[in-house]
Amino acid sequence: MSLDDKFLRYDKLKPGMDHDRYDWSMLEQRPALNWPDDKPLALWINVSIEHFPLNPKGLGFKAPGNMTMPYPDLRHYSLRDYGNRVGIFRILEALERFDLTASFAINGEVARRYPYLVRRLAGRGEILAHGWNMDSVHAAGVDESTERQWINDTLAALADFCSDPIRGWLGPARSQSNRTPELLAEAGIHWCADWVNDELPYRFRTDHGPLTHLPLSLELEDRFVIGDNLHSETEYGDQLIDAADFLLAEAQALGHGRLLTMNLHPWVIGQPHRIGQLERVFAHLADRRSEMVNLGPSGLLAAVESS
Amino acid sequence: MLFEFFIAVNQKGIWMKSDPGLYGYLPWDQRPEIRWPNGARIAVWVAPNIEFYELDPPINPQRKPWPRPHPDVVGYATRDYGNRVGHMRMMRLLDQFGIRGSVSLSTAMLTHHPEIIDLVLERDWELFSHGIYNTRYSYGLSEDQEREMIANAMQRIADYSGQHCDGYLAPALSHSEHTIDLFAEAGGTYTCDLFHDDQPTPVRTRSGRRFVSVPYSLELNDTIVYVVNKIEPRRYGDMIIRAFDRLYAEGERSGTVMCIPLHAYQVGHPHRLAALQRALEHVCSHDQVWLATGREIAHYYLKHYHDQAVATMARIAEEVA
Repeated sequence: MSLDDKFLRYDKLKPGMDHDRYDWSMLEQRPALNWPDDKPLALWINVSIEHFPLNPKGLGFKAPGNMTMPYPDLRHYSLRDYGNRVGIFRILEALERFDLTASFAINGEVARRYPYLVRRLAGRGEILAHGWNMDSVHAAGVDESTERQWINDTLAALADFCSDPIRGWLGPARSQSNRTPELLAEAGIHWCADWVNDELPYRFRTDHGPLTHLPLSLELEDRFVIGDNLHSETEYGDQLIDAADFLLAEAQALGHGRLLTMNLHPWVIGQPHRIGQLERVFAHLADRRSEMVNLGPSGLLAAVESS
Repeated sequence: MLFEFFIAVNQKGIWMKSDPGLYGYLPWDQRPEIRWPNGARIAVWVAPNIEFYELDPPINPQRKPWPRPHPDVVGYATRDYGNRVGHMRMMRLLDQFGIRGSVSLSTAMLTHHPEIIDLVLERDWELFSHGIYNTRYSYGLSEDQEREMIANAMQRIADYSGQHCDGYLAPALSHSEHTIDLFAEAGGTYTCDLFHDDQPTPVRTRSGRRFVSVPYSLELNDTIVYVVNKIEPRRYGDMIIRAFDRLYAEGERSGTVMCIPLHAYQVGHPHRLAALQRALEHVCSHDQVWLATGREIAHYYLKHYHDQAVATMARIAEEVA
């Protein structure tokens, strides 16, 4: 039997995108972007603070890093929790040592479980919402009311620790359903870092107004490089250093500001045999301070607006 | 108190907890200052797993013992190699450094291959329980069945060696909700089943007995390293050295623990032992290292630091309320 005729119809074949969320645009054809003090390179470091429940329901799908063994999967539960007890403090020390700042994307449930930790982080950098927990993946098949509840619960749990309303979002597993952007905009979220299709912020449409999308590299993420690709910690460090050097050289050659983003997971890079490689990267970046500006997401967005 | 908002979810007819409820929050920057014996900064323990995998075990509905149809010749023989070839090599290596192993023991080995256990006991190593067979999982056992299995294994260790079994690593890291409660009630002192920390931590069990977690390691476990994470032998040696250097440095503030979990069927191969030797040379070239066994670490922590850690956790938990 042959396929339905729709397999030979191309309804969305037109110049640009096959959807209306954002406009087609090539990085190199945009007007030159200038970072504060005319630095060629900007650096955004984000640390994702996560809670993996022992009893994941896996609505939508199971986020990477989830339980894989039969219940109760104590090995993965406790290894993820290691990040919130031990690993994050190694990252905070490394940031302090090299005088770098980071933002913190935090699961709402972490604020309920570990208020001590969230209080400490709120004093160190900008907070963005990272969904309720690592078993609340926004994806097709999840009820609208469930998605809305996850978003509202997350913002409410984090609000206690922040003086300003939370405007940023990084979804668990960076996943979205078709309605997630609307729900985020409706909840007062201004920007989101789920899509990994660019190296600079861009406008994204929702029925409730614009939602800026910020780049946050997946390919350079510790969990992705080490956990999915099984590259060594040394390789992870080398890849970040190569990326920093490449972006800096490109920015200088083209006269366009470039942005290096790092997303860190304390349960991955906070391990004692790995943290030294993050420090090696931080040292490399700190040495380039005369050519680099270290911004949080709000600073980044402001710089793009004013450029 | 722990977290009062545990959510139990009914999945496939089983009520499941969102949090195992075994320990409270103890952030790394709020630790009591731990000093190991003789002022050591780090307790290093090596845990050789001495295991028996059955050729034709009963099939647990929740986890297949072998990926291939039985007999899984390559799977079985790979593990049997450890018993026939690997253990003696690994023992000779540890002897060079005066390291006494803490043996995670499939207690069926006491019957199948007591020759290996005699070599262990000649060296004054510790035996702790790793169940009966590594092909018999805890999944699906009733509480009574699991209690019987735990007691059986502990009794085998006492009968053969005269040692009290203080520690438990559940067979193949398979657990029920009651595994750690049951082991504590049977008179155990420490669990190796939790990977949440680089120091011992108090563990809360339903009997209220004083009981601790001694850090074992998944990340530095040779089987996870070689089979799951596909890491090269020399890189494994580097990882041990890097972990040691970091934990040794941090141990100046508060003593840390590093475990090197080994399996003769993995690390006991001729192409892998040199990298381990290099790592052990590095560890043993430092002077503020306490080469200990799991039991020694557990008892020392229970005696000197357990209660202080409980108090710190209680103070931090007050914030939750």
